[in-house]
Amino acid sequence: MTSIDIAAGRAQAGREAKFRTCPFTGLKVDLAAQRLIVANAVAAVIFLAVGGLFGLLVALTRWPAVHLLPAEWFYLVLTGHGANVLLFWIIFFEIAVLYFASAILLNSRLATPRLGWLAFGLMVVGAAMANVAVLQGDSTVMFTSYPPMKAAPHFYLGLILFAVGALLAVGIFFATLVIAKDERTYEGSVPLVTFGAITAAIIAVYTIASGAVILIPTFLWSIGIVGNIDPLMYKVVWWGMGHSSQQINVSTHVALWYAIAALTVGAVPLSEKVSRTAFLLYILFLQLASAHHLLVEPGISSEWKVFNTSYAMYLAVLGSMIHGLTVPGSIEAAQRRNGFTKGAFEWLRKAPWGNPAFAGMFLSLVMFGFIGGISGVVLGTEQINILMHNTLYVPGHFHGTVVAGTTLAFMAATYLILPLVFQREVAFPKLAKVQPYLFGIGAAGIALFMMGAGTLGVPRRHWDITLTDASIPYEFAAGAFLMMGLNGLFAILAALGGIIYIVVVVASVLWGKRVDPARPAWQFPVTSAAAANVAKYGSHATVKLPGTIILVGVFFVAFMLYYYVNWKYLSAVWPLR
Amino acid sequence: MAVTPPVQRIWWKEPIERVELVWTALAFLWGLAMFSTMIVWHVVGKQNLANEAYRISPQTFIARADAFAEKYKVREEANTGVPVVRPPAGADIYLLGRLWEWWPVLELEKGRTYRLHLSSIDWQHGFSLLPVNINIQVHPGYEHVITITPDQLGQFGIVCNEYCGIGHHQMTGKIYVVEPKPQ
Ligand code: HEM
Ligand SMILES: [Cu+2]
Ligand SMILES: [Cu+2]
Repeated sequence: MTSIDIAAGRAQAGREAKFRTCPFTGLKVDLAAQRLIVANAVAAVIFLAVGGLFGLLVALTRWPAVHLLPAEWFYLVLTGHGANVLLFWIIFFEIAVLYFASAILLNSRLATPRLGWLAFGLMVVGAAMANVAVLQGDSTVMFTSYPPMKAAPHFYLGLILFAVGALLAVGIFFATLVIAKDERTYEGSVPLVTFGAITAAIIAVYTIASGAVILIPTFLWSIGIVGNIDPLMYKVVWWGMGHSSQQINVSTHVALWYAIAALTVGAVPLSEKVSRTAFLLYILFLQLASAHHLLVEPGISSEWKVFNTSYAMYLAVLGSMIHGLTVPGSIEAAQRRNGFTKGAFEWLRKAPWGNPAFAGMFLSLVMFGFIGGISGVVLGTEQINILMHNTLYVPGHFHGTVVAGTTLAFMAATYLILPLVFQREVAFPKLAKVQPYLFGIGAAGIALFMMGAGTLGVPRRHWDITLTDASIPYEFAAGAFLMMGLNGLFAILAALGGIIYIVVVVASVLWGKRVDPARPAWQFPVTSAAAANVAKYGSHATVKLPGTIILVGVFFVAFMLYYYVNWKYLSAVWPLR
Repeated sequence: MAVTPPVQRIWWKEPIERVELVWTALAFLWGLAMFSTMIVWHVVGKQNLANEAYRISPQTFIARADAFAEKYKVREEANTGVPVVRPPAGADIYLLGRLWEWWPVLELEKGRTYRLHLSSIDWQHGFSLLPVNINIQVHPGYEHVITITPDQLGQFGIVCNEYCGIGHHQMTGKIYVVEPKPQ
């Protein structure tokens, strides 16, 4: 029997998949996979809409001149904001990316679409249940739900169901990889984007396992079966989930950076080996970095903190810094091949800034590095953490990573998913063009101003920094109020960007024109002749990359200066040991 | 292309770009530099958070804080009835976090060193000393002992920066730092 016979036989033993051929990429698209991608992406966008609205309400309440919501509502809505955006929006979208990176990029059928729908159902039910619990008002515990504060049992149960569904989906991803390999649907090694997705999926297994270890006992505690949850132990394990899940986000959005660079300018990785090794560093080293959430807790030794934040964190940071070079580097190389060779930056000036996929991707790359990345390393330094722990600096930092970085990258990817997977033209193309800028600038603003407020001591998760109801008064500096006002303004910008995104997606999905392969509104260089040219371009026969070298040079200097400035700040506070 | 299998099937034998090598080496060295800075700070720096911590029951901590406050109380904070406590330099001092106050108010001498015992008797709280901006997580059941030397005169606020329920934004406290008595 030939190998083709074997493949066909297996396929029959499994499932008779129906495929279409993508007119742009020539990829075989399993229709069952396509439907699941659509469902997960749509669910993601719905939760983003809900969570984003909550985010705006929170920001408007923290704007002292507006102070929109009463206290109970503020804390309730803040809990809902964290859960809906950080968990539900991001993870639904990631599941869509996993299916895309396995079944579609590998030309394969998806393993067990039925289970895929079960996973989807569990996630929807879980997310809805958690939302109901939060809105009922007896689960205002923030998405971190630190004991001994207790939520209603169905809050934890919702999260557990959601996690089980996500784990199932990750399993389907791995099974699809096995099928694709068995049925030889691709040649050689998996594409870099799929490799990045595998990284994300491996970390996801670890993450969800940590989640189960901590959330199941906490659920049992909430219904009275377990007597006591140690708050410190909870935090150690909870952040095994909470932090690693950020590593899933990073792996996924970096994979999407590569994918978007490939699909919009025809970029090829400078060297596969370096980029793949950088992904591998994430798997090897980031898990323990949950330690950087515990730098000012009692009862944890300095040695443990230093070891886990440096050995583990810096080697993963190394991975991100490598991507920070190779992603723009591959874009520069491709653009130079496309003929933009003048000076150090013609390749960047003449990049397709009018294409929201490219614009969103590049903004995400820059802001993730400069805002989220640098602030994260500084915040995660053992001694410096004491300056910012639990101040607004912390949400400032992670709106740089997970909003300006991950969320913006996901939005950018959507502008490719709409024509390629949904087969719809992007509706309101003019609005779509400005969307990444609006959202990006807004996100950068909320990140920076929250960080600024944090350096002035403004606490996170706090309803009223005028402290009117406190018996012992304290007056924050005027600068703190200014920062909170600016934060509110940029929150409005970000919300506007978010609303446009949602309007564009909904309109495209429901009423968008079907893509006409002969005359698509957007060009994909994958199909053009220039791309064929670029595709041969690899690490050999390289052009120089002066623009990228300048960019990373600026980054490096900014990083060093900011890092040591914070040591200087630290040296000025009360001596303690 | 990143969305297709590598062009070179044997990609792991491809040469590496020089710019990639240099950058990776630089980033790695930077990681080492940051690692060393933390360790060096343990030797030369004056701000290294204590590792000294004990398990303690809330009742025991309340008892100790009460005894401490009673012994060294000098007056009451205006309009609150909260004792202002002025311990001698070098003493063990107690600060208790609970829904929703930092108790008691402390009066310390500039430049003197104290052993500050921090704990919560109910939920987690966030000790945030302002405008100095020293932020420490406070857990119920754990007593954290921090040796601290106030080196500025004035009145300092303490707010709570770990969400601790509906009164979170009412949770404050205070430390006075005054000229030291000649010893
Ligand atoms: C319109 C866009 C957004 C605005 C205006 C916004 C604003 C805010 C503000 C003001 C806070 C409160 C900080 C505090 O009081 O402690 C916050 C918290 C938070 N945000 Fe956003 N945000 C937005 C989008 C997002 C997105 C897309 C994500 C995740 C992907 C996200 C994740 C979070 C998380 C995890 C928290 C912390 C919640 C907590 O402390 O429990 N936000 N956001
Ligand atoms: Cu508190
Ligand atoms: Cu609090």
